[in-house]
Amino acid sequence: MSPKTLYDKIWDAHVAHEAEDGTCLLYIDRHLVHEVTSPQAFEGLRMTGRTVHAPDKTIAVPDHNVPTTLDRANAATMTEDSRIQVEALDTNAKDFGIHYYPVSDVRQGIVHIVGPEQGWTLPGMTVVCGDSHTATHGAFGALAHGIGTSEVEHVLATQTLIQRKGKNMKVEITGKLRPGVTAKDITMSVIGKTGTAGGTGYVIEYCGEAIRDLSMEGRMTVCNMAIEGGARAGLIAPDEKTFDYCKGRPHAPKGAQWEAAMDWWKTLYSDDDAHWDKVVTLKGEDIAPSVTWGTSPEDVLPITAAVPAASDFAGGKVDAAQRSLDYMGLTAGTPLSEIKIDTVFIGSCTNGRIEDLRAAAAILKGKKIAVSRAMVVPGSGLVRAQAEEEGLAQIFIDAGFEWRMAGCSMCLAMNPDQLAPGERCAATSNRNFEGRQGRGGRTHLMSPAMAAAAAITGHLTDVREMM
Amino acid sequence: MDKFDKLSGVAAPMPLINIDTDMIIPKQFLKTIKRSGLGVNLFDEMRYDDDRNEIPSFVLNKPQYRNAEILVAGDNFGCGSSREHAPWAIKDFGIRCIIAPSYADIFYNNCFKNGILPVVLPQEQVDVLMKDAEKGSNARIEIDLDAQTITSSDGEVFHFEVDAFKKHCLMHGLDDIGLTMEKVGSIRSFEEQAATARPWV
Repeated sequence: MSPKTLYDKIWDAHVAHEAEDGTCLLYIDRHLVHEVTSPQAFEGLRMTGRTVHAPDKTIAVPDHNVPTTLDRANAATMTEDSRIQVEALDTNAKDFGIHYYPVSDVRQGIVHIVGPEQGWTLPGMTVVCGDSHTATHGAFGALAHGIGTSEVEHVLATQTLIQRKGKNMKVEITGKLRPGVTAKDITMSVIGKTGTAGGTGYVIEYCGEAIRDLSMEGRMTVCNMAIEGGARAGLIAPDEKTFDYCKGRPHAPKGAQWEAAMDWWKTLYSDDDAHWDKVVTLKGEDIAPSVTWGTSPEDVLPITAAVPAASDFAGGKVDAAQRSLDYMGLTAGTPLSEIKIDTVFIGSCTNGRIEDLRAAAAILKGKKIAVSRAMVVPGSGLVRAQAEEEGLAQIFIDAGFEWRMAGCSMCLAMNPDQLAPGERCAATSNRNFEGRQGRGGRTHLMSPAMAAAAAITGHLTDVREMM
Repeated sequence: MDKFDKLSGVAAPMPLINIDTDMIIPKQFLKTIKRSGLGVNLFDEMRYDDDRNEIPSFVLNKPQYRNAEILVAGDNFGCGSSREHAPWAIKDFGIRCIIAPSYADIFYNNCFKNGILPVVLPQEQVDVLMKDAEKGSNARIEIDLDAQTITSSDGEVFHFEVDAFKKHCLMHGLDDIGLTMEKVGSIRSFEEQAATARPWV
């Protein structure tokens, strides 16, 4: 048998039909659904009299629109259009008989945090969702990617997607990370190196000692931002850490089925002599705590660097960099560590898991914030409960952070959690696009520890100075 | 889905790289439960000021481009969020074809589901068409999907590549779901085989 990559193996196990021209029907094991990209798809089913092909494999949770304030049970906390969208999901979940975690359920949270937490996401699966950060689930060695609403409808109706196979890209992070450097710094540094389109057309497999050393939470952070590098999916081969994380989760297999699953899962790795269409290697020791300065996730620099000039770039990036500098209100040559911050946001499907909250709380313990506002939005109700049990919530509250309910919140600012024009935010989310966190808002992406450090000093800060 | 075969129209130049889907349609317009009506909010934050007045310098607000049916843009068009509201807004505005050196994967796929043709051309050819687009309403660009050609207003012809299946669906306005449902036998037999091989799924 010819050697295969992990992606090849998962792909081959899910082709339900292949046409002569290579167009495939890829079978989907898990379809995650949220309120923003699904209403038109369910409406499409109704209009054509179609049903959901596999309701048992379809899991819905509202996350993008939901308020994160403590009084959110009160419907008046939502705008009417947001409420209509959430209610549409309530109705669609009930009418079509799919699994559902409503806002009132403690298990509710960001779809990409709920899926793994509940054991829906398992190694070797195909997972899709009408959300580009579906790449997160690749941390389990699952082929997971975002789809549009027409494809959501297609998966609902047929449990398949029309696909052509992508190319294989290996991203290896060798050696150990230095203290203060996290999964977020890895994934941002990779994008800084390859650019936002470097992964277009590829499925990335992240490997190497520094990836192996990461927890499952860290691996989810790495895969989450594969899409910011242009790759629809990122993958990490499952290992003992993966199996330990999955074992005992509500929807993970049990008993003999667990053993059978393990037998297959242990074959899920790239063969030594597998073919790679592209290889990128970074040394773990070369990665520094990083921040973004511009309005593209590729605008990444170590915190020790200075704001670049547009003339440092070439081609179309010259104009784009100047536009970013103007939008961000930055002057070339300013040390990044002198950029003052108004607001700190800790949360999102990138960094809203328990390990992220622990990392931020470790920096914040006994300190006070020096920014005008700071909020922590746990990725799920269960993350929130665990953080309260571990005493992390009190550390955040004592430091001056708002302790919120679970949701996407200020990552995309569809709910009232938004930046004002010109407001500058240290954010643990994934996109620094113009207007992403609110019209005119200025976003600097970084790790939870770095965001906590910025909260204490009021400016971008090298977290290593606080360790 | 609307068919696409030939198009002759005015092209609006947007010489920017990395035009993301947040730019194309900001999140406040994702709260709709319909597909239609988003054209008025296409590129909303570039197109209107804080008081909702049109910003005259923005390309689609200029008289010569208000009825543009083609967009010429830079690398990595449509990156970021998977929101299909982006092609819905583009289509609702009246744009049926985009020309750029590269696209983000999800956006590229979403276009074909909505009767929009995203054409990939090498940078130097996009540069020629960008200059053509900058001439305004006197310069009409012609697109022939069947022949896979684009003709500039000066008569220069560029050939483009497109996946045969996607081309077929776009030319005939075919519904993907209907096509796939014809293969339900293959899907059922795959499910039976998977139920034995991976019963935990």
